[in-house]
Amino acid sequence: MELFNTAQASQGLNLKKISVKLGGKTVVDSVSIFVEKGEWLSIIGPNGSGKSSILRAVAGLVKATGGFTFEGENLKELPPRMRASIISIVPQIPVVPPLVKVIDYVLLGRTPYLGRGFQPTNEDINLARSVLSDLDLISVSDRHVTEMSGGERQRVIIARALVQQPKILLLDEPTTALDLGHQQEVLELVDRQRRNLGITILSAFHDLTLASQYGTSMALLVEGRIADFGAPSKIITEETLKNIYGAHVSIQKEGSMISVIPKRQ
Amino acid sequence: MRWNKLTDQHLQEGGSPARLTGKLLTVASLILFVSALLSLVLGPVSIRPDQIFLEILDHFPGVTIDSGLSKVEAAIIWDVRLPRIVLGLLVGGLLAVAGASYQGIFRNPLADPYLLGVAAGAGLGATIAIASGATNGEGMFDALPIAAFIGSAVAVGITLLVGGAVGKSTSTVTLLLAGVAVASLFTAIQTYIQQRESATLRQVYSWILGRLSTSGWDEVIMILPYAVISVTIMLAMRGALDVLAVGEEEALSLGLRPERVRWMVIAAASLAAASAVAVSGLIAFVGIIVPHAVRMVVGASNRLVIPLSLFIGAAFLVLTDLLARTLQSPAELPIGVVTAFFGAPFFLFVLRRRSDGII
Repeated sequence: MELFNTAQASQGLNLKKISVKLGGKTVVDSVSIFVEKGEWLSIIGPNGSGKSSILRAVAGLVKATGGFTFEGENLKELPPRMRASIISIVPQIPVVPPLVKVIDYVLLGRTPYLGRGFQPTNEDINLARSVLSDLDLISVSDRHVTEMSGGERQRVIIARALVQQPKILLLDEPTTALDLGHQQEVLELVDRQRRNLGITILSAFHDLTLASQYGTSMALLVEGRIADFGAPSKIITEETLKNIYGAHVSIQKEGSMISVIPKRQ
Repeated sequence: MRWNKLTDQHLQEGGSPARLTGKLLTVASLILFVSALLSLVLGPVSIRPDQIFLEILDHFPGVTIDSGLSKVEAAIIWDVRLPRIVLGLLVGGLLAVAGASYQGIFRNPLADPYLLGVAAGAGLGATIAIASGATNGEGMFDALPIAAFIGSAVAVGITLLVGGAVGKSTSTVTLLLAGVAVASLFTAIQTYIQQRESATLRQVYSWILGRLSTSGWDEVIMILPYAVISVTIMLAMRGALDVLAVGEEEALSLGLRPERVRWMVIAAASLAAASAVAVSGLIAFVGIIVPHAVRMVVGASNRLVIPLSLFIGAAFLVLTDLLARTLQSPAELPIGVVTAFFGAPFFLFVLRRRSDGII
């Protein structure tokens, strides 16, 4: 399926026929996606449909074939350091080292910009402090990341990703571990940063309601292939969810907002 | 872009990143200096501290002072105590830094510098040297450390090849398991040789317990170049180790090449451990308890833990050696016994805290 025309292709994130094989099995099969600069594409799909693999392929963490360009630049040929200065990823289950302070953890985001000794400069430290302040974390910056609550910890991890000053932000189910209030808080925060800084976002979502409310467009992934692409209201229908997720739901629409309500048979 | 909007509030409450400050370095140097000084002054032969001071001052270029020490006393200072102290500083520093580095790479605070086969390899090398009689007669101190060093290098080399650290995508778990297997193999061969040459048992045993006996400055000179190279590499990698603390995949997403860091740090730490073991036998626990004690005080950042472990490890071993040679003076306890005596309970204490989820 051709999802974009070539004229706009140089402006945003352009994935062309990308495939990922894990242990001999094709988990992403010739997927083409285009996300315009500053937009937010949500990828939905059942477990094992290849959502995470697409994100990890864009971040260069798994071997993949196909074309990866952003604003005309070939991402695939970039060395890790250069790539890390363009793309940051918030992993599904981040590794949080023990006894590390919030400020030190967030400063890890400066790694692609540091010199040989990996010593952050005063500018790096000031940038980290300014992001911490934006995310309402400045008062906890001397605490250990491991002793924070789920919501705070997720904000700290997003702070690290933002300190990396990415042009593309990859979110791998960023709200899975959070309660409803913290889910909304974290996604609002990410959306605010996207609007303010013009970051392009690609995110994998489990929660269809959240996916439809925060993404500017949506892709439905089934068994490693794009099954549908476009506006959330077009993709999320009772019939699709029944066929693809095997779920019984009713969909409620309130203006442009969609809510997915599970129904017991 | 709207980055970098900074107010006074940030500067006051923004938290201070881990940094090796002058203050920390001064404290560490002082601890080191006092330990070395104590060790120089105390011993079976009592020599007045002020005379030792004058004697050392006398050796500064352009200074001539009569310290009032006899020739024998001067020789005790220059050929017995000083080389032993310097060797203790080197071995302690090397073991502690190697331990801290391994702990950083394997992201396990209980990893020790003998992990990948250094100890078993050195044990086999030393046993072969002793059994073959290469350490008897003239130059008996020459063959043993070289054989132990070669044994370590071979064992770690096999571990790295089998564990695939040279390749790209192996996990550190594979490497650890390879280390365990290689260590078992080398220990088995060592035991076989000991069985056949039972006359060597006593000598091998005393080597395994660890000791800091010197023949003048030979041992110091022998390991100094390896110490300088390995410590330089580990110090240079301390920032990279902090990045690696979030795991290899996240480290890659932050722009680090994790396999390169892992490879270099393991090589440097193994070289450090092998050099220490070659001249001192298997001194236990230094590589675990020193980095741990440092972490308890300054936090987990390798920017601090690696350099401070060097200082504190050096001081710790010199003090332990002081105990080892004065507790039952004029007899000497094996230094490995003393470090284990303090180290094992500490290790258990750490293990207990760890299971409580504190570390």
